[in-house]
Amino acid sequence: MTAILEMRGITKTFPGVNALDNVNLTVEQGEIHALVGENGAGKSTLMKVLSGVYPHGEYEGHIYFEGEEKRFGGIADSERAGIVIIHQELALVPLLSIAENIFLGNERASRGVIDWGETYRRTEELLARVSLKESPRTKVTHLGLGKQQLVEIAKALSKEVKLLILDEPTSSLNEKDSQALLDLLVDLRAKGVSSILISHKLNEISQVADRITVLRDGATVSTLDCHARQIAEADIVRDMVGRPLNDRFPKREASVGDTLIEVRNWTAHHPVHTDRKVVNDVSFHVRAGEVIGIAGLMGAGRTELAMSLFGRSYGEKISGEVLKSGMPVDVSTVQKAIGNGICYATEDRKSLGLVLIDTIRRNIPLANLKGVAKGIVIDRRKEREVGESYRRRMAIKSSSIDQKTVNLSGGNQQKVVLSKWLFAGPDVLILDEPTRGIDVGAKYEIYSIINDLAASGKAIIVISSEMPELLGITDRIYVMNEGSFVGELPIAEASQEKIMSMILNKGERA
Amino acid sequence: MTTEISTTQAPSRRSASFDFLKTHVREYGILFALIAIMAFFQIATDGILLRPVNLTNLVLQNSYIVIMAVGMLMVIVSGHIDLSVGSVMGFIGALSAVLMVNMGIPYIPTAIICLAVGATIGAMQGYWIAYWRIPSFIVTLAGMLVFKGMMMVLLKGQSIGPFPNEFRAISSGFIPDVLGGDGLHLTSLVLGILTAAAIVAMGVMARNKEKKHGIPDEPFPFFVARNVLVAGAIVYLTYLLATSRGLPNVFIIMALLIGGYSFIAKHTTIGRRVYAVGGNQKAAKLSGINSERLTFLVFANMGMLAALAGLVFAARLNMATPKAGETFELDVIAAVFIGGASMAGGVGTVVGAVIGAFIMGVMNNGMSIMGIGIDWQQMIKGLVLLAAVIFDVYNKNKAG
Repeated sequence: MTAILEMRGITKTFPGVNALDNVNLTVEQGEIHALVGENGAGKSTLMKVLSGVYPHGEYEGHIYFEGEEKRFGGIADSERAGIVIIHQELALVPLLSIAENIFLGNERASRGVIDWGETYRRTEELLARVSLKESPRTKVTHLGLGKQQLVEIAKALSKEVKLLILDEPTSSLNEKDSQALLDLLVDLRAKGVSSILISHKLNEISQVADRITVLRDGATVSTLDCHARQIAEADIVRDMVGRPLNDRFPKREASVGDTLIEVRNWTAHHPVHTDRKVVNDVSFHVRAGEVIGIAGLMGAGRTELAMSLFGRSYGEKISGEVLKSGMPVDVSTVQKAIGNGICYATEDRKSLGLVLIDTIRRNIPLANLKGVAKGIVIDRRKEREVGESYRRRMAIKSSSIDQKTVNLSGGNQQKVVLSKWLFAGPDVLILDEPTRGIDVGAKYEIYSIINDLAASGKAIIVISSEMPELLGITDRIYVMNEGSFVGELPIAEASQEKIMSMILNKGERA
Repeated sequence: MTTEISTTQAPSRRSASFDFLKTHVREYGILFALIAIMAFFQIATDGILLRPVNLTNLVLQNSYIVIMAVGMLMVIVSGHIDLSVGSVMGFIGALSAVLMVNMGIPYIPTAIICLAVGATIGAMQGYWIAYWRIPSFIVTLAGMLVFKGMMMVLLKGQSIGPFPNEFRAISSGFIPDVLGGDGLHLTSLVLGILTAAAIVAMGVMARNKEKKHGIPDEPFPFFVARNVLVAGAIVYLTYLLATSRGLPNVFIIMALLIGGYSFIAKHTTIGRRVYAVGGNQKAAKLSGINSERLTFLVFANMGMLAALAGLVFAARLNMATPKAGETFELDVIAAVFIGGASMAGGVGTVVGAVIGAFIMGVMNNGMSIMGIGIDWQQMIKGLVLLAAVIFDVYNKNKAG
């Protein structure tokens, strides 16, 4: 066998972060190569390097494709060479037909006039190759996700693809559609199309993959040959998470009181596809002074759970009960949730957390304007005092409280968001990815703030995709997968391996 | 040691003024633009522009645009637009004529009914925009056509007038001179001086308060210059008006609206919430702000102010005509954008919008005096609007 792709010594740095560090990846001609790793391990970055999203010159290292060194300047270059990437978020135009989508940007046309006969004929051929029985004229919006995925692959085939990259292709598909997709990959392999499959679902990987490369912290950990020996899932998991924990976390001595908040049988449906349960019968509780973590992979439904609890900011047909100190409380609107002392700090601070064009001073009291007003008139002096006191307490680095939040670093923006919620006076605080995209020093500061809040008797819920973080700062961890809670671990018993296997085994205790 | 401090302080103070100017270039820019434009036309019209009679005219001609610009500012800050205000204004003018002239209802009940109808119209449009999430551009474009049509139905294609004298006094009357000056409208002048003094006093108080709790943002020379300029202009302009017939009644209405809405926008929780919703609606919603209700109220308020403008306009013409309010929405929207508001929402001031309205008004008035044709006037106004917004975007890009 010969290698169709060889990536050698790929290093990619972002300001302050080494996203990829000397990564090697070799894909043989006609194989399905699985790429696995935790969130943030560098899988997507590696694929962006390969597909030219990060053009030659923005990374170090060499890419050889079909024996030739390639220097892609953009996606168009890599596609011309025969490398097509299909992202998790599908890139189809919903209101155009299948045929129009497949040939978008690559129209069957002469002198700008589209040849519809040719377009539909070619589309039918392509749909036959992916075994999709739909008319080329059907609008993409009328297809389910599984079929849309097949349209994406047909589109890739139309570009004479030699290496197909699929990023978590089955994460939002049901069992049957997933199987059809995997069968198609095997079928394409027989016809000489190689593929890279990025996935968290180890059972699928062991079913179809020829070889597996494990990435961790931006480096290649191992490449396993599935034909040489039986690969146990435990081996993959160990390679994925096996990193030592050092003291990146402040000491935590929990003094836990009575149950402060309890959620019972919480269910929420997707806002558009209302028959899909995004949060499925979730029950949990948090005691006063306790920090709990919700672990899970992206798309597990953690943010959706939090936002549906917080004034039904997400989802449809929400059902379930919320009890605070044993009494049912109404959280049906954001105002009521805040009024009942339940606050939610979003993972998306730029678009959901801050009014970026406004200053620190104006952002902090936004969730509690009454706190700085006499009647309906805002007391400027009070507002200024509040701003200054949080700037000091949270150590927000800024020229003054009159600085616009858009100009702050990620860590300081996060501190403004936290200040806003602290000023709202919550008893229960849900923090969604509180340290995403901020540097190590600021992370430590945020962890200390979380510790202090718990020490003052608040119940804290931390949602995080970084397992070491959850292990380092929480007292108890719930594991969520595909909308349901699949396990609960006291911190003393928790480990990354256990969490990972809970997720991968869909709830069977490890 | 001392020399070291003084050498490091001097440039830092200079750069503080410079930084301040850089971040506030828009606010000062618009004021200087108005002054420059007034100076230009004062010279170009051989001093006619600032003659008391013309100045009175300028105020009267622009009153309805200013009244609506105040409401439009809130609409645009909240992230929306209202294209229907011209038609609503015309419709309310027609309604008032039907009520007063045809049905003989006294002017006070008529005015109350008209304001209520205006608020209801705004509320109806706001309902679709806020609770059904139909884009405001479309709802109010529909409103523009609907209320234009309803006005024509009311007027049956004809003009209705004249109005009772008490009603006309809204627009063409002047405040009584209780102090009885000789050849000079003393009450007007005193009011002007008191207003100027109040503005300066409030400015000083606010600055002292700021000083006590931190360094004031605005460098002292700027503070003095701005206050002298504003107070001087108010006293001078009221003096000019006082040498003629004094302050028009509508001027008082305008001043109260500007002051009131400026206060609401800057100093109240509801004003703050409107800015937050316009700045980032999702973040505002997740902070517990009822953005739907706010949007609804902003449009209801706009409808009421359009109705007030309609009454003022009808009273000024002394009749309701089918042409009333045509294309006024464009002047109002232009005034708000010239005044520094952002199409994306969350940015803008009431005073800026008023200055923007007067920039448009002075240009209209000055160019008319100079005998420049309406064709050229349109082109020049269009270019001024474009230039003002380009200036904004340029500044923003440079700052960002």
